[in-house]
Amino acid sequence: MESRKSQILVGLFVFSALLALIVLGLKASNLNQYAGKKTYKISASFNNIGGLKVHSAVKVGGVVVGRVEEIDLDKKSLTPKITMFINQKYDNFSSETSAAILTAGLLGEQYISLTPGGNDEILKSGDEIADTQSAIILEDLIGKFLFSKDSPPSM
Amino acid sequence: MLKENFRQLGENVLSVQASFGRAGLLLLQSIFTIPRPLKAARLLIDQIFQIGVLSLLIIGVAGMFIGMVLGLQGYTILVKFGADSALGPMIALSLLRELGPVVAALLFAGRAGSAITAEIGLMKATEQLSSMEMMAVNPVHRIVAPRFWAGVISMPLLAIIFNALGILGGYLVGVEWLGVDSGGFWSSMQANVDWYQDIFNGLIKSLIFGIVISWISVYKGYDSEPTSAGISLATTQTVVYSSLAVLGLDFILTALMFGDLH
Repeated sequence: MESRKSQILVGLFVFSALLALIVLGLKASNLNQYAGKKTYKISASFNNIGGLKVHSAVKVGGVVVGRVEEIDLDKKSLTPKITMFINQKYDNFSSETSAAILTAGLLGEQYISLTPGGNDEILKSGDEIADTQSAIILEDLIGKFLFSKDSPPSM
Repeated sequence: MLKENFRQLGENVLSVQASFGRAGLLLLQSIFTIPRPLKAARLLIDQIFQIGVLSLLIIGVAGMFIGMVLGLQGYTILVKFGADSALGPMIALSLLRELGPVVAALLFAGRAGSAITAEIGLMKATEQLSSMEMMAVNPVHRIVAPRFWAGVISMPLLAIIFNALGILGGYLVGVEWLGVDSGGFWSSMQANVDWYQDIFNGLIKSLIFGIVISWISVYKGYDSEPTSAGISLATTQTVVYSSLAVLGLDFILTALMFGDLH
């Protein structure tokens, strides 16, 4: 009798641990983004990707539609090349779509923002976005601002 | 005089070597024990009950409170920079990568490891182990192996429960009490916690801690001096050595797993 009780409690223990793992996976991590969603890949070249990382978000008007999969340097042109996968649900981006690397907030994480274009030709898996805008580097901006003044501010 | 010192040094080195050897042999015997399956499963389940289920209370309460403290302390710092939406990932990553496996392992060593050592040590002192041998029952199969395996199995399960309750505690303090936005709390957690990199690696950590703690516990009990002073020394050593091993291993594992992450 005692043994049966402990068996039930051990079963409950293992079960609750598995439940906790599932809750952690679905609620606290990115597991549900892996699960069985169909995606397709498109790529884009930028002059400067700033602080973009693998797994950074790809957004359209703030809605996350995909993630950055790979960051690489193009061997011929020596410019950064980014491969991203986009949810198959959104398979009707036109080939005029433009991509820009933006920052969430002033110092937040960087992400790729896609702006859909107007023509009828549609981006397919493996296509490259031609119209891109690089990340804004804060130091460059400050540098430009300082040197564009006619005379440096006198103390 | 000098000669005597050298002799003593050599003897100490040899006795440490010998005890590592005995510990290694005991580990091999416990791992590769091939008992009758049904009987062994029953022994194992009894031990998981003693070691795992009865540790649930302390693990759960500790996890909950550590999550709550993380929420409170994280909030007071993050809100100064207007970054309180980063509270979720901060709590989740500290728990899943470091605090969960380590604190659960330290509590486990104190709650279950010491009990294993004391039990086996007392069995040895009261000659229960030798009488088993006389009845042709192998005490390693009957006593040591179930406790070792129960510890190895229980530790990761306890660490998962610790993590989940810790995140729940952080949620209660951060969102319900201090008023961090609930949507931002969960979504930034999901954006920053990686299933494989964080949760799975944390589990691997706690599995390794489970193996080390169980090994030290059964070895210290099985190798203890069969006197009351010997058992008390063995129990103390179990807790001290397990805690030191967990903290030292944690640094090495963190450097291996998360060293190249930012």
